[in-house]
Amino acid sequence: MSFLEVRDLHAGYGGTDILKGVSLSLEEGEIGVIAGPNGAGKSTTLKAVFGLLHVRAGSIVLDGGDITNRRPQDLVRAGMSFVPQEKNVFPSLTVLENLEMGAFVRDDDCAPMIERIFEFFPPLREKAHQPAGELSGGQRQMVAMGRALMTEPRLLLLDEPTAGLSPKYMSEIFEHVTAINRSGVTVLMVEQNARQALAIAHRGFILASGRNRHTGSGAELLADPEVARSFLGG
Amino acid sequence: MNEIVFFVNKVVVAGLVTGSVYAMGAVGVTLVFAILRFAHFAHGDLMTLGAFIAFVLTAAFPHAGAAVGLPTAFVMLPAAMALTALLAIWIDGRFYRPLRERGAKPVVLVMASVGVTLMIQGLLRLFAGTGTRSLFIDERKDIFRLELPFELARRKIVITEPQVLVILFAIAAALGLHWFLTRTRTGKAMRAMSDNPDLARLSGIDTRHVVRTTWIIAGGLAAAAGTLLSLDVALKPDMSFNILLPIFAAAIVGGVGQPYGAIAGGFLVGFAEVLSVFNWAILLRPLRPYLEGIVDLPARLAFVPTEYKLTVPFVILVAVLVWRPTGIFRGKVI
Repeated sequence: MSFLEVRDLHAGYGGTDILKGVSLSLEEGEIGVIAGPNGAGKSTTLKAVFGLLHVRAGSIVLDGGDITNRRPQDLVRAGMSFVPQEKNVFPSLTVLENLEMGAFVRDDDCAPMIERIFEFFPPLREKAHQPAGELSGGQRQMVAMGRALMTEPRLLLLDEPTAGLSPKYMSEIFEHVTAINRSGVTVLMVEQNARQALAIAHRGFILASGRNRHTGSGAELLADPEVARSFLGG
Repeated sequence: MNEIVFFVNKVVVAGLVTGSVYAMGAVGVTLVFAILRFAHFAHGDLMTLGAFIAFVLTAAFPHAGAAVGLPTAFVMLPAAMALTALLAIWIDGRFYRPLRERGAKPVVLVMASVGVTLMIQGLLRLFAGTGTRSLFIDERKDIFRLELPFELARRKIVITEPQVLVILFAIAAALGLHWFLTRTRTGKAMRAMSDNPDLARLSGIDTRHVVRTTWIIAGGLAAAAGTLLSLDVALKPDMSFNILLPIFAAAIVGGVGQPYGAIAGGFLVGFAEVLSVFNWAILLRPLRPYLEGIVDLPARLAFVPTEYKLTVPFVILVAVLVWRPTGIFRGKVI
């Protein structure tokens, strides 16, 4: 069984299901990318995995343990972290305080981990005492990812980390994601810039209308002419 | 010179005292709004409740204060604060949390808090009657008259012991709150939850613990404000109706959800009140010889008669909502 195994997920907000049977599996140490058109259920899948909305049918298994419909707080303790697409920092808290809040569930001294985050995202060090709300979009994304890494998660969920960023910051974020992954963190991300994201992905899942459409390695999907035609803009 | 001393007594001292009481009430209102996203109308009654608890404790141990040279009710304050905090948590658990968990809209919670107001007031009247009481049961109120080292100042600065205590307590509370919010894990988590409740939850912050802490601070400060106000003036079961409007005005002026704004707003509303009811004719009296024949100086010259003091926070409230709805410190918009 894979590290993360999502089977036949049905979930949605309120009455109607947005996900009508999404499945995906990811091995430990891989990067998985969920892509697809607007309204395909990409972000919804991520939120369902992180317990942010009720799963009506299907199952989510992390490292052999069933985590379907567990509360986000419990999932953080189980080794998962989630970076939402929007509003992913505490704007009035300083960068340092944002990172401390990421480590809320840890009882040990978080100073060494903060040091590692600063090594990882050098621009944050000099902004440590500035409110996160005053940073640029790219730096805010670094704070958001840094906050999520504070628990040393085994699985990091990223919801459109490059949304609204300039192309320069975009490639920087993709580089950071690759580096995070190389340090041993399994990553599952939703990405609008499918071509760039699939290039760094071990596995790609292309969804449409709440169902799996194409699944394969990043390279396979990029090479598939039908995927290119329908989902990657030719 | 005597006129200036009069001004200090009537405006500076009174403004600081009123401002301190309002600031402590407004911080509670603003924190509850920041964390639970509803206007807690029963806040004034937490103040009355706290003062009554202090009164009962004072009656039970009337000589506790003499041992340390402070009013007994002030010595009983920590116990009254702790009990009020516990009651606030209990009220939240009985009345507000079930609604929250059912996803009730904020206005439903506001209405629930109006219900709590009526309930507390009813219970207080049932057990304590409607009369006015003094928190000085077996003691006398100490009044300090400070002589000024000026030839011309024959009047003295008059300040009572409760007035000194309320000002000092408010300063200590503000410093303590600042330390708590910026230095402790729970304090930072509180600010985080006020900033972004969803992100707080998915960072693994224990939101129930934060809610409990909010009630402890809000309830404790309410009890302190109520007790200290009653020490200064008197304890009345309908105190909350007179104080609710100014503390909401203070919280909104300061920017809802901003504790430092609430403190600033408390003093702003407090000083606005005393300046409005101050008799300016007295300050103008030395100018009378020069004004002779131009205008007749009336004996009383105030912006608002004392009985209409409550209109001042109301006017401030309306003005802020019209011109700067986010308040001085850019709070949340209700």
